Amino acid sequence: MSPTQIAALAAGGAGLVVLALLPFYIDAYYLSLSISLLQFTVLATAWGLFSGPTRYVSLATTAFFGVGAYTVAVLGELLAWPLVLLIATAIGALMALIVGISTLRLSGLHFVIFTFGLAELVRQLVIWYEVNKTRVLGRYVFVDITQSDIYWQLLALAVAVFVIGWLIARSRLGFALRIIGEDETVAKHCGINVTLAKVTLFTISAVFITLVGAIMAPRWTYIEPSIAFNPTISFQVVIMALLGGAHRLWGPAVGSIPLTLLFEFLSTRFPATSTLIIGIVFLLIVYALPSGVVGLWERVSRRKPEPPVAPQVQA
Amino acid sequence: MTNAIFTGLMLGGMYALIAMGLTLQYGVARIMNLSYGEFLVAASFASYWLFTGWALNPLLGLAIVVPIGFGVSIILYRVLLTPLVRRAPTRDALEVDSLLATFGMMFIVQGIMLTMFGGAYFSYSFLSIPVTVFGETLALNRLIAFGLAVVFGLALYLALTRTRFGTAIRAVAVDPTAARLVAIDVTSVSAFAFALGGAMVAAAGVLVSMFLTFSASSGVIFTMKALMVVVMGGVGNLLGCLVAGLALGLSESLVATFVDPGLTLAVNFALFLGVLLVKPAGLFGRAQR
Amino acid sequence: MTAASPAPVLEVSGLTRAFGGLVAVNAIDLAVQTGQIVGLLGPNGSGKTTALNLMSGVLRPDSGSIRFAGQAIEGLPAHRIARLGLARTFQLVRVLNGMSCAENVKAGLAFHRPPLSRGEIDESVDRLLRRVGLANRGGLPASGLTYIDCKRLELARALALKPRLLLLDEWLAGLNPSELLIGIELIRSLKDEGLSILLVEHVMDAIRSLCDRCVVMNSGRRIAEGRPDEVLADPAVIEAYLGVSTDA
Repeated sequence: MSPTQIAALAAGGAGLVVLALLPFYIDAYYLSLSISLLQFTVLATAWGLFSGPTRYVSLATTAFFGVGAYTVAVLGELLAWPLVLLIATAIGALMALIVGISTLRLSGLHFVIFTFGLAELVRQLVIWYEVNKTRVLGRYVFVDITQSDIYWQLLALAVAVFVIGWLIARSRLGFALRIIGEDETVAKHCGINVTLAKVTLFTISAVFITLVGAIMAPRWTYIEPSIAFNPTISFQVVIMALLGGAHRLWGPAVGSIPLTLLFEFLSTRFPATSTLIIGIVFLLIVYALPSGVVGLWERVSRRKPEPPVAPQVQA
Repeated sequence: MTNAIFTGLMLGGMYALIAMGLTLQYGVARIMNLSYGEFLVAASFASYWLFTGWALNPLLGLAIVVPIGFGVSIILYRVLLTPLVRRAPTRDALEVDSLLATFGMMFIVQGIMLTMFGGAYFSYSFLSIPVTVFGETLALNRLIAFGLAVVFGLALYLALTRTRFGTAIRAVAVDPTAARLVAIDVTSVSAFAFALGGAMVAAAGVLVSMFLTFSASSGVIFTMKALMVVVMGGVGNLLGCLVAGLALGLSESLVATFVDPGLTLAVNFALFLGVLLVKPAGLFGRAQR
Repeated sequence: MTAASPAPVLEVSGLTRAFGGLVAVNAIDLAVQTGQIVGLLGPNGSGKTTALNLMSGVLRPDSGSIRFAGQAIEGLPAHRIARLGLARTFQLVRVLNGMSCAENVKAGLAFHRPPLSRGEIDESVDRLLRRVGLANRGGLPASGLTYIDCKRLELARALALKPRLLLLDEWLAGLNPSELLIGIELIRSLKDEGLSILLVEHVMDAIRSLCDRCVVMNSGRRIAEGRPDEVLADPAVIEAYLGVSTDA
């Protein structure tokens, strides 16, 4: 490892320690805000894991988030917490596999349409099941999880999503996805099983999103399908990832921080017009920053003269 | 059974009507409009406002709302979407860009309606007189809406197949590059098709408001159904719209009657996926070479 | 074919694919012997590219069989066919513009079964770039290449699959006369290394100098087969390209 890498690693480690100790020094309001920040950072990064390289715009975030939250609502009191998270992971992965296998062969556009309705579909199925089979609609979440616990779990999940994202980017799977994003036909003719690669990554991304939903569930004391499957989450995640730039691992995180703060501000100050303002912000990003802050930064920094002898790429 | 089929056909007719505008916008102008349902609901609100505030018959209201829908759409296309059309290097890139832009638009329109009307459900009573058709009792407003939907659909179909300009529109839908070569102004035709779609969705919004309750946030479900119908029927194909709309409506009402009303969306999705797995370009779509 | 010729690497029989009412490929028979270059000719729209798409797995045939190296591959997904050693280039050159030249070649190397080691991949990238005449260009972005260099890069990516059969779809089209000579020499040298090639081409000089045999298609059907000079003199072929003379 080069000295700069060691320095970066040390700085990252120190930052992590600071972040981990944060709940001991801040009040409830800032803790709650930090939870929101971490939540959206993980969601947007996980979204970018799949949608960044493949350029398949997924609007299904809410569906997975809601499934995670609802799993906790149903099982939270019955089983040990790690077991609940494990089951949420399994359900999220299974759902992602089913959705992925049935839709990722279709064109990107059909995929968007399907994910657009997925949250609504899952919500309707959950309601149908609850009304007909269990005859309860809406559940109380009584689990022994504090706000600080939620924070730490999210922090751990954030570390995990970055490490896994970094590993994927360096792996053959990551390379395969970059090729798919460039040209799917070429990818197939390079011997890449395109469907398998997409489904795998979609599942990994979905598991993280499901886990965020599960971890966040104890924040509410009462959960019903319309709370768990709140469609604005899908939308917020897309706009954050786009602001940051979804083609880089750390791009979505760059977008999630300012926008979480903005949304928080809007929902307290202008609750009536927040939807409208969010829409305008979204349009501004689509028009002014098509490749995100990260893309803009890369374009600006690329203007500098390049070294005369191009280095061999060995990545 | 007959009741279920009848309800299904009425519902399907409504879906076909809703989807016709979108198939123009997407099939010709290549704008995958995710704010489509919001525009539909906006037209419903306009009709509600004209009826309750000015006592204007919704059928006459069409004469006001539909031209406005056309005008707003053409402005929208010129101001917001043309820059994306210019910027996009390929058709696929335009689809993704327009998808994101209209996704933002969806929140803007929804936000405006929420600010103006709040989140409550609205409806008004217009011609809700029961009539008996084939031994089934139906509300007159539904029947009129269905009849007008058929008239609009037929008029659009004839306009597209029998007129010179309609031929130009269809040429752009099939191949914009080749259309340009035979001196068709693709940008203008696309703008016109998008606006025509806007007029259709405005008409659909008015008709739907006569018999459905709606709220500022019910646009999404309309968008979703319209998208499914358009893709299932084959993008840009009016006949496909009709067949796919009827199939969706029938399956929905049959499942609601005989299985469980809570599973209608599931059956929509199953049908959607089923059709696409067998015919990826939709029922009446052209296969890609 | 005489009994002395080696086993065919590719054997297509009765291959058919229709789009709606249009039968783009209609009962085509075709064989490529190991080490041979076979030309697939025909006027525009005669179904050549569709035939290639059926062989490389982009499209599924409606009927007919495709045997590649003794194995039936009709209807297999494209990535399986590629892994078996059937590589191709595209009529409209497809280069991965967002990547460097080296990464473009690596795309063809990274998904071998069994996988190559990182060292083997790096070594092969350099060798293949040199092979097509792009030595020391590995670090450059592919988006900056000239047209012929894009074609070279695409060829290097196809060769990276270690193919037993190479499908070239109008690989020589659009090159200027001097580039054409370079291109023809490059293809000839691939044949000299023992590679079997099926090429779709309109450049008659290239066909005459490269092909061992030719198959001519028109309106989806095979209308002639044989040595290049034979088929190019065939009245049916001339008629297909130039139309029927009205005073005949």
